[in-house]
Amino acid sequence: MDLITPGFGLVFWTAVTFIFLLVILRKFAWNPILGAVSDREEGIKTALASAENARKEMENLTADNDRILKEARAERQAMLKEARELKSNMIETAKTEAKEEANKLVAQAQAAIASEKKAAIADLKSVVAELSISIAEKVVRAELSDQSKQEKLVESMLENATLN
Amino acid sequence: MNTFRTVLFTTLFLALSFIGFATDKEPSKDDAPFDPKAMILHHVKDAHEFHLWDWKGSPVSLSLPIIVWTDNGLTSFSSSEFHHDDEGQTIVEANGGRFVKLHEKIYQLDSGATAVAYDAEHHPTNANKPLDFSITRNVFMMWVSVALLLFIFLTTARSYKNSKDGVPTGIAGFMEPLIIFVRDEIGKPMIGEHKYKRYMPYLLTIFFFIWINNIFGLIPILNGANLSGNIAFTFTLAVFTFIITTFSGNKNYWKHIFWMPGVPVPMKLFLMPIEIIGMFVKPISLMIRLFANITAGHVIILALMSLIFVFKSVAIAPVSVAFSLFITVIEIIVTAIQAYIFTILSALYFGMATEEEH
Repeated sequence: MDLITPGFGLVFWTAVTFIFLLVILRKFAWNPILGAVSDREEGIKTALASAENARKEMENLTADNDRILKEARAERQAMLKEARELKSNMIETAKTEAKEEANKLVAQAQAAIASEKKAAIADLKSVVAELSISIAEKVVRAELSDQSKQEKLVESMLENATLN
Repeated sequence: MNTFRTVLFTTLFLALSFIGFATDKEPSKDDAPFDPKAMILHHVKDAHEFHLWDWKGSPVSLSLPIIVWTDNGLTSFSSSEFHHDDEGQTIVEANGGRFVKLHEKIYQLDSGATAVAYDAEHHPTNANKPLDFSITRNVFMMWVSVALLLFIFLTTARSYKNSKDGVPTGIAGFMEPLIIFVRDEIGKPMIGEHKYKRYMPYLLTIFFFIWINNIFGLIPILNGANLSGNIAFTFTLAVFTFIITTFSGNKNYWKHIFWMPGVPVPMKLFLMPIEIIGMFVKPISLMIRLFANITAGHVIILALMSLIFVFKSVAIAPVSVAFSLFITVIEIIVTAIQAYIFTILSALYFGMATEEEH
């Protein structure tokens, strides 16, 4: 039956047409289309990968920032603490120094007063001695006019003259 | 997208109008009893003229050139010179030869013969068949399909060239999923990630070539130019697949055919002829599968339409129309399925031919 017998003409034209179609489409359609599609797929792949990288980098950066911030905070804390300690130390030393100085001054003043007093007493003693001598002279002069009186006076005087 | 929708609805609409044309075909044969087998075969087979419709009792058709290779060289004339005669009555003289058309075959009368003489089986006794390169209905429709394919895919390719980022626009947006389907569902899994690229142009071309011709076969106004249901067409494509398979066969492939590894020697000897037959059975199955599926679809639709004339009743028409519409819709799915099967099996054979030893 010629329904299932391939006709020569149609085989010939199919072959010619198909080869023509294959060659033309391959050069001008399939290669450009498949090329464009795979280029785009590659592009999407690389874009996704670089987005992922960027995200990771960003995460790293944020982590770094956090770390640096924490460190800075800790440093500030430490610095503040140090400063506070320094301040209290300074105040403490200043206080003790001042106290020492004051004590020294007081001691010096006391020493000065004591020595002044001593000197004054010594002066007084000498003045009293002189005065006593001059009085004694005068008395002696007066009393020496009368022997008995002289002796009596000297005696009474010496008795009364308790030193200070 | 819109273009596709238009094409789809046009196809469906034309599928409906097919009914009208099928009924138009018959009145000229009112006197003779209706022969469904002859009518169906006439529609399924190739023809030398493109019959469109009958107008006031005479057929309106597109005359296609007849080209035959005779002793006097290439001879060509228009099929209109036969005046729609298909019974060998009209004799056309061209390039020193006398030709008749009998059941869509061109015969050259022996020198001296003035009319065709028949033997008991109605075969001409005084005429021979010259090599027929005629542009038949199927060849014509094949070229129309090629023009359409070139238009579609060159436009698609251009749209990629014009877009800067490779994003498909327009028709490319519709074609790209199909192309990627052929690549990712047929090429890659059947042939393998590393070798599929070489075969992609062939796979894409047969897929779309078969599909579009399957669809063209369903468009009724073209009178079922049944190209993909013609064995010559499926034979040629199967031969291409066979040639490519054979030429891309590696050492491992031939070893599996001639000296099957891993089995005892008697088994090797037993398997060798089977494998050699298998080499040829594979493309033959491709050829028959496509031919039979598409032809069967046409035969079913035509047989359903014939019921009207067999029963000679208009009352049967709604049933015929409903059923043939149903079958037509199924056939629209079959057009894609058969193209897919032909392509995936070709890819599978290429994959077998290029498979490395494992």
